[in-house]
Amino acid sequence: MGAASAKRPASLPDGSGLAVAVSHLDIRFGGKGNEFTALSDVTVDIPEGAFVTMLGPSGCGKSTLLRCVADLVHISGGSVSVLGRGPQQAREARDFAFVFQDATLLPWRSVIDNVRLPLEVGKHDKSSYADPYKLLEMVGLKGRENALPHELSGGMRQRVAIARALVTRPRILLMDEPFGALDEITRDKLNEELLRLWQETGTTILFVTHSIPEAAFLGQYVLMLQAHPGRVKEFMKVDLPYPRSLAMRDTVEFIKVTAHLRSLLEECL
Amino acid sequence: MSDVIQTGRRDMGSVPRKIALIDATVGVFSRNIPAIAAAVGCILLWQLVVWIFKIPTFMAPSPIDVVFALRDNAATLMRNFLPTLLEAVLGFIFGNLVAILLAIWFVHSKVAEKAFYPIAVFVKAIPIIALAPILVLIFGNGITPKIIIAGLICFFPTLVNMVQGLRSAPPAMLDLMRVLSASQSEILWKVRIPSSLPFLFAALKIAATSSVMGAIVAEWIGSSFGLGALIIEATYNFRSPLLYATVVIAALLAVVLFFIVSVVETKVVRWKPAGQH
Repeated sequence: MGAASAKRPASLPDGSGLAVAVSHLDIRFGGKGNEFTALSDVTVDIPEGAFVTMLGPSGCGKSTLLRCVADLVHISGGSVSVLGRGPQQAREARDFAFVFQDATLLPWRSVIDNVRLPLEVGKHDKSSYADPYKLLEMVGLKGRENALPHELSGGMRQRVAIARALVTRPRILLMDEPFGALDEITRDKLNEELLRLWQETGTTILFVTHSIPEAAFLGQYVLMLQAHPGRVKEFMKVDLPYPRSLAMRDTVEFIKVTAHLRSLLEECL
Repeated sequence: MSDVIQTGRRDMGSVPRKIALIDATVGVFSRNIPAIAAAVGCILLWQLVVWIFKIPTFMAPSPIDVVFALRDNAATLMRNFLPTLLEAVLGFIFGNLVAILLAIWFVHSKVAEKAFYPIAVFVKAIPIIALAPILVLIFGNGITPKIIIAGLICFFPTLVNMVQGLRSAPPAMLDLMRVLSASQSEILWKVRIPSSLPFLFAALKIAATSSVMGAIVAEWIGSSFGLGALIIEATYNFRSPLLYATVVIAALLAVVLFFIVSVVETKVVRWKPAGQH
């Protein structure tokens, strides 16, 4: 399934290859009798290098879709192709990294040892990996290398998690509401930094959120899902220029985008 | 002039350290004033009760009698202390080691857990006092049955806590390891075992004191050495001060083992559990 879908022309005019190709995907949980359909007939193509935010009411399966790409959920039907191969092969090749809602740092390891974790685990060629110290500097944690996670604020912990995700130089970054538990000021700051990082590295980013402004501010594309069962409502391009700054959120153009997203979201309910 | 400065500088290094040491000692003392006062008060009360009511020594010796007994029987106490120490420590090590290995096996094999957990519960359900004669019959009157009993008493709390501890790793942490394509042994060593340590130490602290109890109870059954045997002997001969002195030594041993485990815990577990910030 992998090679065929990778050669398929991108349905979007970017001309680049596809980072993720999802085709008629079904995800069902539970056994017979209490079966629950999380996703039904989801088809979407995500071009390489894109920043896609995933938005939808709770229970629409946006996290499930992300976990499916990460090979954390068993596929019931259809196919998912990640850079032309199945999720399992992509995982084993470390094509992607995952950032969880909770920073998920190992609490007994120092900051630097947490960032080093991908270097210590698995039988991979690690010669091309990024320097953990440089990554910590990049996310603004220079000097805190030897701190333990509980000594850091929530925002700092999430920066460590991002540095850890970037250490393998992944081609795709999967982020499951990474800033959902942070206060608004920290979240805004991390949003800006994430955009800068995306523009510098060219990594494809799939970003699940439940915040409309966050989805509009970050996303080159917004993938809107609707619930019961989870399916694609709309896959739309956000026509706002990069680089984007926080001040842009007060412009009429931005507010038009969020208003449109909000009305779409209301249709989903 | 320069001499003065030099001496001044030389002293700078050692004096603050000395002061810090004294400060720490005074600090520990002043923090524990209520505990120390309560203990001294109890001992004084005991002494007074024995004096006022003229309680015969064989019934209940006074603290002073016990102190004299400790001094007069120092050699006897030491001779019997060492085997008990050895049994308690070896029992602690083997009992916990078996429990930890079994817990690791249980976490990786549902079948093993289903097969052996009921047996572990059954072994736990047998009263230790009833088990001691059986083990003496099998292993003779040496040190082995005592080690086994001390070990058995440690075994169950550690098994239960360790199984829970190994399972305590948050699902997201296991997802992270899966995304990194980590092997089972990498997950065990890098996630499961570290996250089990707070649970393990809670059990080890219980085991530290109960292993002493196990060794002593085992020595009650036809043993000719150890603090347990000394307790029986002193009781039958109405040597109450010696009996009390032995009990004090046994309690001190348990407290010291508990203290050692606590110190190791603070050195090893220096993080706060995940989710508790």
